[in-house]
Order: sequence, then structure tokens, then C-alpha cells
Amino acid sequence: MTVAVLSGKGGTGKTFVSVNLSAAAKDAVYLDCDVEEPNGRLFLKPEQVTSSPVAVLLPAFDGKKCTGCRKCVEFCRFNALVFVKNKPMVFPEVCHFCGGCMRVCPEHAVMETLRAVGAVEEGVSGGVRVVTGILNTGEVSAVPVIKTVLKKSVRDGGLTVVDCPPGSGCSVMESVSRADYCLLVAEPTAFGFHNFKMVHRLVRLLHKPCGVVINKASGEYSPLEQFCVDINTPILLRIPYSAELAKRTAAGEVAVRRDAAMAEIFRGLLNEIRKEAPR
Amino acid sequence: MKIAIPIDENKETVCVSFGRAPYFLIHDTETKTSKIKMNPAAEAEGGAGLKAAQFVVDVGADELITVRCGQNAADVFKAAGVKIYKTLSTYADENLKALFEGKLDELTSFHPGFHGKS
Amino acid sequence: MKKLLILSGKGGTGKTTTAAAFIRFAGARAFADCDVDAPNLHLVEDNLGKLERFYYLGSQKAAVDPEKCGNCGVCQMTCRFDAIRTNGETRSINEFACEGCGVCVTVCLQGAISLRDDVAGEVRLYQGERTFATAELKMGRGNSGKLVSEVKSTLLKNAPAADLAIIDGSPGIGCPVIASMSGVDLVLIVAEPSVSGISDLERILKTAAVFRTKAVVCVNKWDTSPEKTAAIERFCSESQIPYAGRIPYDAEASSAINAGKSVADIDCAASRALREVFDRVMGLLKGVAV
Repeated sequence: MTVAVLSGKGGTGKTFVSVNLSAAAKDAVYLDCDVEEPNGRLFLKPEQVTSSPVAVLLPAFDGKKCTGCRKCVEFCRFNALVFVKNKPMVFPEVCHFCGGCMRVCPEHAVMETLRAVGAVEEGVSGGVRVVTGILNTGEVSAVPVIKTVLKKSVRDGGLTVVDCPPGSGCSVMESVSRADYCLLVAEPTAFGFHNFKMVHRLVRLLHKPCGVVINKASGEYSPLEQFCVDINTPILLRIPYSAELAKRTAAGEVAVRRDAAMAEIFRGLLNEIRKEAPR
Repeated sequence: MKIAIPIDENKETVCVSFGRAPYFLIHDTETKTSKIKMNPAAEAEGGAGLKAAQFVVDVGADELITVRCGQNAADVFKAAGVKIYKTLSTYADENLKALFEGKLDELTSFHPGFHGKS
Repeated sequence: MKKLLILSGKGGTGKTTTAAAFIRFAGARAFADCDVDAPNLHLVEDNLGKLERFYYLGSQKAAVDPEKCGNCGVCQMTCRFDAIRTNGETRSINEFACEGCGVCVTVCLQGAISLRDDVAGEVRLYQGERTFATAELKMGRGNSGKLVSEVKSTLLKNAPAADLAIIDGSPGIGCPVIASMSGVDLVLIVAEPSVSGISDLERILKTAAVFRTKAVVCVNKWDTSPEKTAAIERFCSESQIPYAGRIPYDAEASSAINAGKSVADIDCAASRALREVFDRVMGLLKGVAV
């Protein structure tokens, strides 16, 4: 079963929930798809880490065959090609590797090479296999790295937890694409609620069943509670705000590994998810 | 020799953005005239600096006077042999005057690109 | 007109809460929310006046004409973004995955595919006693600085007489933030006293420096880590960056926001501290040469 953990707003506790959910299961795979800021590994501290680069295609131009017709430059919708001193120049971070320039060249002067945009690291932390996607700074799209990370999910009925990027952009959509169930982490505040509605729309659009975890709760925030009732989405867990928990989390601790009560809470959450998720 | 300057909507002051400036002023030292041309990159969603650089190269500019310039556009100008100068004043014509009097410094620091979505 | 931009680098530091308070303290008649991915400022502002909406066009996206489609599927096989799906006996484009590259347009032998304008978001202009410009980007759309620039120009075009404009920026350091910085007189960076907060503060200060934008720093929720707050204060003093003060963590501030109010509307530790920060920032802004 694959569970994707998302939140509309940054800082609500998405990584906190995904890391602890993975650690609370007997064994699980934790996929960090927040490839611009992969933080799960700071908590899980995986060992025996191996790394492999994630590459995308990049056009290269054969100066001998190029006749300077500029069809490639005219075609590129992303302005990644500039024609200077009789030959095209490509700007890698702007290139969307669509392959169009290669297709339109009448002289077959364009070939494709590979260039690295990021990496995927794999390691082990107790019973958790930790897979971390890392996007190189300055890169245009997180999607190729996310796609590579998602290939590592477990297929045989075991648990895969996907830690998604914040927001509701295309990286989030990609991260959620293979999920059986979505866990939405919400902050019980006006701003949190507004962004929660956006990410909920995304999950509905992709026809994914979902449930809610309210994090850092101090008393009830009724608009959020009422909204969940109205949209028929269960609130599976409410985690109260705790300065102590916040401090320990800021120090990089995995709560379920230090605190028996938290371990029980997250095992309970896992059971709730198993009950809600489709077979 | 042709000199390009990115300018604002008012067609007088230098635009702080190179890639998304609404217009370019192109001054021809031979005819001693200046033309105002629309910047085709002004509406570009991504890679605006590159599209603007292509425009400046195609228009035959030998020199560019700008407030700032991205690394990618700077690479284009380096390959094309276009010299880049830093502005001294807010007004385009004052910068031209300063250039002819040899008062302008070359622009040597460029900012990284901030193109496209994540 | 003086323009003040409020940024944070890291999300969740209290940028919008600060912007809302400043708008109250200043009695600002012109303000904008440039956080187009997740605009929140309108939630704590009321009496906004008449609303006008404008479509924002992003990059074009592909569209299939089912009449011309020959059902060969070559487009689907060629698309590198998995953006084409089978739809009965024709194909349709997944607008969230389509990058608008135009390759499918080229490979379609029937000429059944074309690139069309895509409404990627909406700009909203409120005109009453005050002018407020904001925007929302549609789901899955790319956020370059283009929409941010439109929000700013919409505000400036419709409130030319205002002497102060306050702009709530977006988190991060990318293109939208750069676009929001262009042309402002002063940037207030709301920092968080934590490891990631400090790292993000340094990155955003570097960004402001590159774009020659004057910056001033304040620390929010400072009592969650007095040590990190002191580190930030030291850093500002050593780098000669103006420091406008610190605001304590205050549960009453959240309650105000949740009730749809600006923190400045209530009297609490946070609002008092924000007032002091505001006064210092305004002093700096007045001293900035136009």
C-alpha cells in the first residue's frame, strides 16, 4: 500500500508525520519526494547509503552539419537555444528536454546527450528503507527526480510512505500519482485552512481517497473541522501542539523511536489508514 | 557601432530588468539616431534573459548598457563579442553620453538565472 | 510613492501576519499580495471594495481537435511528459502535465493538434478607499515572475496617488521573489530562529544584495530559540544589515488571524512588538533616497 503525505502549506508537519508513520510500521519504505528540501534523512539518519545520479537529455549540436537555418531556435518554446556566431548554444537549466529541436532539424545536426539534474540516495534506518530524491540547485523541474524516486516503491503489499513537496504544483501531482491513499496534514489556523482546501482539491481531482491529520492543534479550529464533515473526509488523528515535541523534532528526533506513547499513536494511525484505504 | 539599452514604458529611463524590459533603445553611432524597439521577451514566461539577448545580438548591437544582467545572457554576449557596461544614470541618453565620454565601467558581476517553474 | 516588500525565505515565519499588521499601522491605501501560489492576505482584510478580475495567460498548452484526429496515437507515444491520454477514439491533453513544448503539434500527421492560450491564473483588483491587488495561480501551473509582475503593475497603475505601498511577497528565493523585489525601496525580511530559518535568511539576503535592494531584518517567534535569535542579531551587526527588532511567539496572534483580524487590531505582546518593528522600518524607509 502506498500512502502519500501532503500539505498545502509549508511547515505543517508533513515530514514529521511521514517519518514517524514509516518508523512505526514493522518495515516500510520511505520515499522523500520533497526533492528541493529533502529533510526526512535528517531524522531517519540512514546508513549504508548509496547514491545514483538522475539524468535528463540535453541537445548537442554538430557544427559541421549545421547550416544555420535556425529552425531549432525558432521551435524552442522555452528560449533555451540562442543562435550566436553561426551556431546554436543551449542553456541546460532552461531546457525542458522535449526533443523538439532534434525533430525539426533538417540536417540531423542535433544529438542528445545526458546531463545530471539530481540524485537518488538509498539507505537503511532500522526497518525503514530510506530513499531520498535530491534536486540540484538551479534546476527547472523536480519531476524527473521524483519519477526516479517513485520507482523504488514496494509492490508486494508492504507499506510505502511518500513524503510529498508542499503546495499543489506539478511536483506534488507527480508525487501523488501512484498513491493508494492520501494523508493530508493540516494546521488548524486560518492560513493553514485556506491552503488545505487547495491541496484537497488536488487530491479530489486525482480521485484519491484521503484522510486528515490535524497537527499542532491547540483547541478546535471549527471551520476546518466543519469543512471535513461537509466534504465527508475523516479526521484520522489530532496531534496537540507540544513545545516539548517541537523541541525534540527541531533536534532531529524520531518521536516514535523515543516515546512509547507516540509509537502507539502512530501505529493507531496506520491501522486507521489500512481500514480506510481501498483493497 | 550600435548600442542597446533596456528601457521602461516611458521610453526615457533605463529599466532595472534586462530580460523583461518593455523596450530596447538602439543607438546607431554612424547615423547618430536612436530607435525604440519592442522587446520580444517582455512577455516570456521563462528564459526571458536569453530571448532578449538573442534579440540584442540579432539587431547587431556591439555594446549593451544595463543595470544588471543574468549569467545566461552574459554568456550569450561573451560568445557574440558584445561588451556590457553598467549604467551610471537613470536616463538612457545620459548613459549614452557617459559611454562616449569613457565614463562607464564594464559590468562584471552577473546574477544566476531564475527561470521557469520548480 | 515608497514601496515596502515583506519576504521570508522560509515559509511559515509570519510574513503575511507581519504584512497585515503593517498595513493597519500605516493606514496603507495601497497593498498587494504577491504570494500567487498561496495568497492569504485577503483572509485578514475586509472592506475591500469593488472587485475586478483579469485572466492571466501562462505558457500555451496543446489541444487536440477530435474531428481531425486519425486515432494513430503517435502523439501519445512521442510525448515526453506523459501528457496525452486516450479518450475514446481520440486523444486528449492532460493540462497539468503538458509543458507546451509543441512536439506533438509537429508529429501529428493530421494537423489535429495546436498550441492554445492557457488561462494559468487570475489577477484580482479591489478598489475601495484602498487599492488591493492579488492573484491566484491555477493548480499545477508554472510560477515564473510574470504573474507577480502583473500584480505589482496592477497595483501601481490603480493607486498612483498613494504615498506608501506594502507588498506581501512569496517564500523562497526564486523567480517570483526576484520579480517582487524589482523596483522596491526596502525589503523587510521576517526571519525564523532555527537552523533552516537562518540558512534561508542568508540566501535571501544574498539575493537582495545581488539585486541591489536595501534590506532590514526582524526575528519572529524569537523566544522559541533565544540562542538562534542572538546568532541572527550578531550576523546582522557583523554584516552591517539593519535590524528592526524581534517579536515573541504569541498564541493571541494566531487567534486574531483565525478570527479574520489583523494582529494590529488587538493588544497583545506580539502586536506591541510589531509596532516597534514597524516604527523602525518606517524610519529607515523615510531615510531611503527616492
